[in-house]
Amino acid sequence: MADETFEEAIADLESGRSKAGEQEVPAGDQADAGSHPTVAALRAEFGDAVLHHAVMAGDERVVRVSRDRAVAILRWLKDDPAQEYDFLADVTAVDWGGGRPLDLVYQLWSIPHRRALRVKVSVPLDDPVADTVSGLWKTANWLEREVWDMFGIRFRGHPDLRRILMPEGYAEGHPLRKDFPLRGRFSRAEQTRRILATPVAETYSEQELAVAEEVRSHHRGSAGSEASE
Amino acid sequence: MSTKTVEYLVTRSPELNAEGVPVHAEFPLGVEPELHAEHMLINIGPQHPATHGVLRLVLELDGETVISCTPHIGYLHSSFEKLGEYRTWNQIIPLTDRMDYLAPLIYNCAYAMAVEKLMGIEVTERCRIVRVICMELDRIFSHLLWLGTTAIDIGAFTVFLWTFQERERIYSLHEALTGARITTSATRIGGMMADLPVGWIEALRNFVETLPRTIDETETLLTNNQIWIGRNRDVGVIGPEEAINCGLSGPNLRASGVEYDIRRDRPYYDYETYDFDVVVGEHGDCYDRYLVRIEEMRQSLRILDQAIERVPEGPINVADPRVILPGKTDAMTDMESMIHHFKVVMEGVKAEPGESWFSVESSKGELGMYVVSDGGSKPVRWRVRGPSFINLSALPHMVVGRLLSDVIAVNASLDIVLGEIDR
Repeated sequence: MADETFEEAIADLESGRSKAGEQEVPAGDQADAGSHPTVAALRAEFGDAVLHHAVMAGDERVVRVSRDRAVAILRWLKDDPAQEYDFLADVTAVDWGGGRPLDLVYQLWSIPHRRALRVKVSVPLDDPVADTVSGLWKTANWLEREVWDMFGIRFRGHPDLRRILMPEGYAEGHPLRKDFPLRGRFSRAEQTRRILATPVAETYSEQELAVAEEVRSHHRGSAGSEASE
Repeated sequence: MSTKTVEYLVTRSPELNAEGVPVHAEFPLGVEPELHAEHMLINIGPQHPATHGVLRLVLELDGETVISCTPHIGYLHSSFEKLGEYRTWNQIIPLTDRMDYLAPLIYNCAYAMAVEKLMGIEVTERCRIVRVICMELDRIFSHLLWLGTTAIDIGAFTVFLWTFQERERIYSLHEALTGARITTSATRIGGMMADLPVGWIEALRNFVETLPRTIDETETLLTNNQIWIGRNRDVGVIGPEEAINCGLSGPNLRASGVEYDIRRDRPYYDYETYDFDVVVGEHGDCYDRYLVRIEEMRQSLRILDQAIERVPEGPINVADPRVILPGKTDAMTDMESMIHHFKVVMEGVKAEPGESWFSVESSKGELGMYVVSDGGSKPVRWRVRGPSFINLSALPHMVVGRLLSDVIAVNASLDIVLGEIDR
C-alpha cells in the first residue's frame, strides 16, 4: 500500500502542480468501464498491479502499472482476445528531472478494435532496469535500444542491447537525461583527445589496417623515389 | 470510404508462366554442404547512393545469399528531441521539418496538432483544410521522390527525371506558401505562419489537374516492365502478422494486406468526410509496395480535389492572443495587443501541465508526436515516433536468405529517410 501512495505522488507530479486538464478516475469506477473497456478489465485481471489511471488531453487513456508486472500486463493486453493491442506504436521514456523516477511509456494501438492505450511504468534512477518486451513485439527491439541509449534504462532479456543513435563507445552518458548538459559532458578538446587516444584496432579490422599499412608504405616508397630524382 | 486492392495487371510480358509469375532460373539458397567457403562481410554505406542517406548496412554473405544484415544508424543524429527541451513550443517547428525533409509540411502539421491538442486549441476551419492540403501535397511530394530514387536503384533513370520535374512544381508551391523550398516551417501553434498567397489555390489546382498524366506515363515505364517485375515481385515479402509485429506502418503495412490507415481509423481534421480509398496490397512484396504508393498518389489527388473546393473564407489563425501574435498595426497602436505581443515573443506560448499523443498518417507511415508539459513554455519531453525508424528495423527480417541485389530493392521499397531515423 505504501508503494501505491508513492506511485500516486509520482502521478501527481507528472500532471503538474494543478490538476487542470486531467480528470482523475477513482479506482474501480464502474461508470468508466463503458467508455474504455480495457481499463476495467485490466483492474479485474491484475488488481493492485494497476496503480493509477487517468485521462489526458481529452481522450487519451493512461494507466500506470507496477514495474514487476509490466510485461505480464503487456502480454495480456496483446494476447487477450477482448483487447488485442497488437500494434506497439512506441516505447519511450520521460525524465522529469530533480531525481524523480523515469517514466517508461508504451503506446499501444489495437488494429482490430481501433483503441489506444498508454501504459506507463516508473523506473527509479538508482535502479534503471525494466524487463524487455522485444519477445512480444519485434518493434520493441530498436525502440528499447533507443531508450537505453538515450535514458540509460537497461532492459533485462533484450537480445541485443547496444547503443543505437550514439556511437558504441560513447562515454558521456545518456543524452536525454535531464542532468545531461545540452552540449555534452566533455569539451571539444576532451572529445578530440579521447578519439585520438582510441587504439585504431578498435575501429578497423586487421584487413583494413593491413591495407592502410600497404598504402602508407607505398607512399613512403614513392616519396623516396621522388627525392632521389 | 472504401478499400481498394491493388491488382497485378501484367499481360504482355513473354517470360511469365501461366500464373503470371516471372520465370526465374532456379538458384539454390542456403549453404552448399561440400563447399567450405568462408562467409564474407560486406559493408554498404554510410556513404552510398542506394542507402538514401547515411545508412550503413553490414551484410554477412554466403556467396550472394544474405546470412545476416545489421543496420548501423546514427550518423545524422542531431539530438532534435534534446534541443526541443531547450526551445519554446513555437521554436520547435523548424526542427520538425528537418527530420523528414521529403515531406516537411506533414511534420510541421503533426507537431502543431499535438501541441494544440495538449493546449486544447481548436484551429479555424480554414486552417484545418489548408493543413489537409499541405499534408496531402507532401504525401505526393514524398512518394514522387521515393518513386524516382527507387527506380534509379533498380536501374531505370528516366523515372527520376520525370518525377523530379513534378516535384519541382511542388517546390514552387512550397516556396510561394512558406518562402522556403524544403525547410518550410509553415505551421504555428494555433494556425499557420501565413495565409495562402494570392493565386496559390489556382496554381495548386493546375498541379492537381496535370499530375495524373505524369503518374500514368511513369506507370507505362514500370508497371509492366520485365526488369522492374523481376527485381520487385516476391522480393522482400513480409506477411500481415509479421508486419504488424515488426511495427511497419503506412504503405509498407498496407502492402502486406493490413487495412490500417490512420486517416480512416483514427480520423483527424475531418478525414472521414473526404471520399478516398484506403489502398491495400496482398502479397507484401516490393512490387505491391510500389503499386500501393502509386495508387496512394491518385487518392491524395482526390482528397486535394475535394479540399480545394472546401477552402472557406475567414481567418486562418485562432483569435487567441495568448497563442497567436497580434497584427503588427494592433501591436503598434493598441496597449493590450502590445502586451500580448511582448509576452508571446519573450515568454513563449504556455501549455497546461499534461501530455498528448497525436498520430498522423505521414507519407512513410504512422508519425506519432508525443509532447509532455509541466506548465512552462518549453516541453519536458518532445518525442517523435518516426515511421522510418521502425520500418527500417524490419529490414533484416525481410532480406535474410535473399540475394545481395535484393537488399537494395527492399531497402528502397521501405521508403526511409535518414533525417528522421537519426533525428
